[in-house]
Amino acid sequence: MTAAIRLRDASIGYGDVPVVCGVDLTVQPGESVAVLGSNGSGKTTLARGLLGLAAVLGGEVEVLGAPVGRLRERGRIGYVPQRHTVSGAVPATVREVVGVGRLARLGLFRRLRPADRAAVADAVAAVGLSDRMGDPVASLSGGQQRRVLVARALAAQPELLIMDEPTAGVDAASQDALAAVLAGVSASGTTLLVVTHETGPLAGVLTRAVVVDHGRIGYDGPLAGAEVHSDGGHHHPDDSGQPPVKGYRIDQPRVTSDGGR
Amino acid sequence: MEILEYGFMQRALLASLMVGLVAPAVGVFLVQRKLSLLGDGLGHVALTGVAVGVLTSTAPVGTALVAAVLGAVVIELVRARGRTSGDVALAVLFYGGIAGGVVLLSLAPRGQATNLESYLFGAITTTSASDVAVFAVITVVVLGAVWLLGQRLYAVSDDEEYARAVGLPVLALNIVLAALVASTVVLSMRVVGLLLISALMIVPSAVAQLLARSFRQALYLACAIGLVVSVSGTTASYYAGTPSGGTIVLLAIALFLVVTTASSLRDATARRRHQRRAEVHAAHPHEHGAGCGHQPVPHGDHVDYDHDGHLHAPHRTGAGTHYDEHGQHAAPAPGRGGRP
Repeated sequence: MTAAIRLRDASIGYGDVPVVCGVDLTVQPGESVAVLGSNGSGKTTLARGLLGLAAVLGGEVEVLGAPVGRLRERGRIGYVPQRHTVSGAVPATVREVVGVGRLARLGLFRRLRPADRAAVADAVAAVGLSDRMGDPVASLSGGQQRRVLVARALAAQPELLIMDEPTAGVDAASQDALAAVLAGVSASGTTLLVVTHETGPLAGVLTRAVVVDHGRIGYDGPLAGAEVHSDGGHHHPDDSGQPPVKGYRIDQPRVTSDGGR
Repeated sequence: MEILEYGFMQRALLASLMVGLVAPAVGVFLVQRKLSLLGDGLGHVALTGVAVGVLTSTAPVGTALVAAVLGAVVIELVRARGRTSGDVALAVLFYGGIAGGVVLLSLAPRGQATNLESYLFGAITTTSASDVAVFAVITVVVLGAVWLLGQRLYAVSDDEEYARAVGLPVLALNIVLAALVASTVVLSMRVVGLLLISALMIVPSAVAQLLARSFRQALYLACAIGLVVSVSGTTASYYAGTPSGGTIVLLAIALFLVVTTASSLRDATARRRHQRRAEVHAAHPHEHGAGCGHQPVPHGDHVDYDHDGHLHAPHRTGAGTHYDEHGQHAAPAPGRGGRP
């Protein structure tokens, strides 16, 4: 079986400066993986390397069976960036923003057809916003806008979904809604890679944890095995003497924010 | 109509119609991309093209088109390399373009001051039949490209990083957009002039974004606004004896001011209404929640509570929680709505 993600001695960074060094990681299709680590640990750079947004400076990085720079059908990858709002300078509806996600599957000139519009509607329904399809995204709450970004990624019906801090700054209700969405996505066989510093309600969906510490993988195993200290750090289950990695949390209470409209 | 009896005004109105339609059609993408001044920069480069045309006795429209498109490609390549920020690259383009144009024009055998002014500020009544034909081709090409690639151009303008991550050809689309802007600059050169081109690209889009609910609506509305101000500005300039470019741009800005004021008043009214509704329950003695005795009513991403037949929505802010009115509840549960 072709691995969804395969890194061999991979170094990833920006310009000539590596942020992630000598990483080995294999993720099989259908796995749900949390990439944990403190701010500046390199976890986001690792994900951006898989998306071609950060440079592969050494080793091998393969996504869906092809070196990351040579993957032709990039629409097979869904991406939810770390972005708190969707709205740009010009208004756009939920339908329009999510429709962008479908374009990656269509080539350069093909316009959205009825089947594509149906896929867009399905993606919006999956995040529970069907009744807001025609509304400007700027009129949605922050949590709803984050769900629009998830729907945009789902519209391409991706085999691999990469999310960067999907729960940061999102109220508890929206985090729960997101966890339910991801449970459905995972059940459909999509590989999940979620970069986060707090798993929150996603802990019920993600089964494997990869902890990035100073650009290297410090722990790779079951999510439940990455224990949490009261100070927010973690140690390995065998307590092998390595220093704790601070700055992320598992199964911790969620951030709450303005839940109004 | 008297104005239509003159061939030069027929051509002028045709040119203004095409410019009014096309300029906002590309401008709306520039506004979304926060590169509103790209048209200005390419206008300056086009001046160098005009000067080359004057020096070599070839049609300035053609040489301006070549120069502006080349400038568009160069600026996108510079931006893509990431070694120079977009605004610095634009500044170099600005000053290099206009300096090159002025110096080259000064080398022309006859004094070119009048010509320079007509390109900088527009001289719509000098539009020739061959100019109209070239403009028509540019109009069809630009509108066709926007129709064909509009969704991708929106995707790249809205979130370039996402577009790159999912494999859209970002650099190619950016170059296409810049080339469309360059073509529009040349199309607009005679009507509003190189120094005022950006206004006709940006101001109608700025008005449309205040009124529209969707990107598609904004695009159509911007084109309609551009068309109306361009044709009516040209007409007004004929009767008032004022320059067409300045008249069109002032008309567009006047419309922008009117819509901005109306929009601000509308928002202020909505805020006051919201505040009044919130004040109704500012001292709300009852905290809604599970089992509080009021019927919960799911509403979008939250739950309202039926209170005397109207819906209360908890709104948490830094100053605490108050209850917003979210309208009447069509079917209040008997005996549940009257508690304080």
